[in-house]
Amino acid sequence: MGLRKFVDKIKPTFSEGGKLGFLHSTFEGFETFLFVPNTTTQRGAHIRDCNDIKRVMIVVVLALVPALLFGMYNIGYQKGIQEILPAFWFGFLKMLPMIIVSYVTGLAIEFAFAQKRKHEINEGFLVSGLLIPMVMPISVPLWIVALSTAFAVIIGKEVFGGTGMNVFNPALLARAFAFFAYTPKMSGETVWYATDANTDAITGATALEQLATNGEMQWSVMEAFIGRIPGSVGETSTAAILIGAAILLFTGVASWRIMLSVFVGGLAFGYLFDAVGMTEFPAYMHLLVGGFAFGAVFMATDPVTSAQTNCGKWIYGFMVGALAVIIRVINPAYPEGMMLSILFMNALAPLIDYFVVERNIARRKKLIKNVK
Amino acid sequence: MSKNIKLRKGLDINLAGKAEARLEVAPMAKSYAVSPLDYENVTPKLLVKVGDKVEAGSALFFDKNNPRILFTSPVSGEVSAINRGEKRKLLNIAITPDQEQVAKAIKVVDAAKAERSEIVEMLLESGLWTRIVERPFGVIANPDATPKAIFVSAFDSAPLAPDYNFMLKEEKAAIDAGMALLGRLTDGKVYLSARKGDEGFMADVKGVEYNTFEGKHPVGNVGVQIHHLNRIAKGDIVWTVNIQDVAIMGRLVLTGKLDMSKTIVVAGSEAENRCYKRIISGAAVESILGTVKENVRVISGNVLTGRTTAADGYISADANMLTLIPEGNVYELLGWAMPRFHRFSVSRAYFSWLCPKKQYKLDTNLNGGERPFVVTGLYENYLPMDVYVSYLLKACLVKDLDKMENLGLYEVLPEDLALCEFVDPSKIEMQQILRDGINLMIKES
Repeated sequence: MGLRKFVDKIKPTFSEGGKLGFLHSTFEGFETFLFVPNTTTQRGAHIRDCNDIKRVMIVVVLALVPALLFGMYNIGYQKGIQEILPAFWFGFLKMLPMIIVSYVTGLAIEFAFAQKRKHEINEGFLVSGLLIPMVMPISVPLWIVALSTAFAVIIGKEVFGGTGMNVFNPALLARAFAFFAYTPKMSGETVWYATDANTDAITGATALEQLATNGEMQWSVMEAFIGRIPGSVGETSTAAILIGAAILLFTGVASWRIMLSVFVGGLAFGYLFDAVGMTEFPAYMHLLVGGFAFGAVFMATDPVTSAQTNCGKWIYGFMVGALAVIIRVINPAYPEGMMLSILFMNALAPLIDYFVVERNIARRKKLIKNVK
Repeated sequence: MSKNIKLRKGLDINLAGKAEARLEVAPMAKSYAVSPLDYENVTPKLLVKVGDKVEAGSALFFDKNNPRILFTSPVSGEVSAINRGEKRKLLNIAITPDQEQVAKAIKVVDAAKAERSEIVEMLLESGLWTRIVERPFGVIANPDATPKAIFVSAFDSAPLAPDYNFMLKEEKAAIDAGMALLGRLTDGKVYLSARKGDEGFMADVKGVEYNTFEGKHPVGNVGVQIHHLNRIAKGDIVWTVNIQDVAIMGRLVLTGKLDMSKTIVVAGSEAENRCYKRIISGAAVESILGTVKENVRVISGNVLTGRTTAADGYISADANMLTLIPEGNVYELLGWAMPRFHRFSVSRAYFSWLCPKKQYKLDTNLNGGERPFVVTGLYENYLPMDVYVSYLLKACLVKDLDKMENLGLYEVLPEDLALCEFVDPSKIEMQQILRDGINLMIKES
């Protein structure tokens, strides 16, 4: 294997003491990306499952692809391009710079921190880096993408110790940062359409905003399900998101408990509000428009920031769905509630787990009394 | 009243290299060894020096923490070497066996009539006491303590593990005698648990509370059985003994002589002659396996919990098997992105689920780099106990003794977490973390 020989040849340069030794972690990141290392088990179980975090993360990326591809097409479609391929190509060209900016910014920071801490590079950002552009409106300036990515990675992740230690979902944190710091660029009637020098600016409210205002929208339910409606790039197509959900659930990468309970929570409160007449918004539409489905499938199920116990996952998921609908219906300032509800529940997840684990401890303590 | 307990959680890893049901008698080894490293928390103090003549049953060293606990020679012969590692740490004591084997005279008592203390003394003197494991902590039993119960598992569910019914088919009388001894050591019951549908003569063993279990590995782990029969609460002490050691104890009573012969199985994809072997405990691996190919790992025990031993090393005292698997010290181009049909995974991100009957030839590659805890809810599927694995391990990592106790440190041993360690995509060394946690707890309490 020529490639292996080449890697072995340049390895000393990047090892500690070598000329480029300060790039140790970076080199290792690329090396382990190319080759599964030859490390063998030294302690504990002698054989190991061939699954690793790289595989887990790549499955999530794969699951995001249908929504991403549809999002690209929809960028062109919303701009008025009717044929599929030209619409996709138009969206692809608009989306690509955002993806590149998000990955480059985020990975550069990750690599720098890994280098400083002498850690291996973590794969978590492979997912976050793709999620961030997918939860942004397409017209958002690239510098905002870069800035919010940097904020999410540094304040959301690295200050807590990196992947696995973060409290908040990094991609949502990036969106929340952009949303509150640069509100005009993140909401309103123009941001959902790609900026283009050749045509006049298109404006239009999202389905969610229309539904929240008068309980009706200009699109059919089918259009909303397929996703040919304005919105953040990845969130519009419930159909594409469901394909991703199927991948995540089949491979067991995402928790079915969380996914299911988010939908149950959303539906339950949707019906409740509908029943008491607080809104005209039909309950099932909550699941089809806005970021509800995307959040339920890709954000709420993040294993690091969600509840970790099985029982906690039911509570956490239900609350995410319920809160999202509560915010949508009751708070007129935020037509979209999913982002805030997931971030809020991220903060509460450890508390939910605490009570679940306390019950486990109580069962164990009860054992002592039984004996005595 | 005998119960049948069915466990849903766990995993049977279908490894290639099962042994045939055929027994061979291994030749006398050139060398035997006793190692304090086969036990947890033993500080050895030597009683012999190189050149000393010993008999089978002569004490070689004792534990400084508890001088009553003696470690005895399995054979008669001459102490040929006292091997030490870094900081003069005692690795093992090697003995060259005599042609004619003589066993030290041990005062044998009648289990039914003798005082409990006499039985304890007999087991201590013979060195068989070291085969009694105490929980919590998985250390050698404290001779001054009385356990609330004693547990014996009559089967091993680990990958490629020996079939105890085959291994012990000649030992029924010895097991009965051994159980009678154990019955005197506790005020409670002696629990014997067999695999449902594969009970052999176990249902007829006398003097025990007999139960059956069904399910996947780790259902044969005695720790899992304890959890479902009579859980360990804070302050409880229970003892466990491997059933082959029960037979050796019984043999001592029946024959009046210490006879450390036992049956082990040689298995694994790299083993050439896969069958059962009659050996004497502590035998040199070379006498059992002959020459071993290059780049093969010889494991004293099973692939999940065994100790690595060299081809010129010895089988450890607690091992009922030698497993030989290929070393995995090779690079794999873009392995994490490949379909990897030849490798096994519990995750459906790979394809093992398509062929559940397939036998896998797994190597020792770590299959990834170590990462922080990321996935959740996975580990609990491979430990059939009411224990939150990642919370317990995190408590061990931050050395929080209260939490460790509250989250179930007294109920598990590293072997119980071996499957969790196997499936973990973050490649966290769970068994070591738990062992360090347990050792910290021993030190502080």
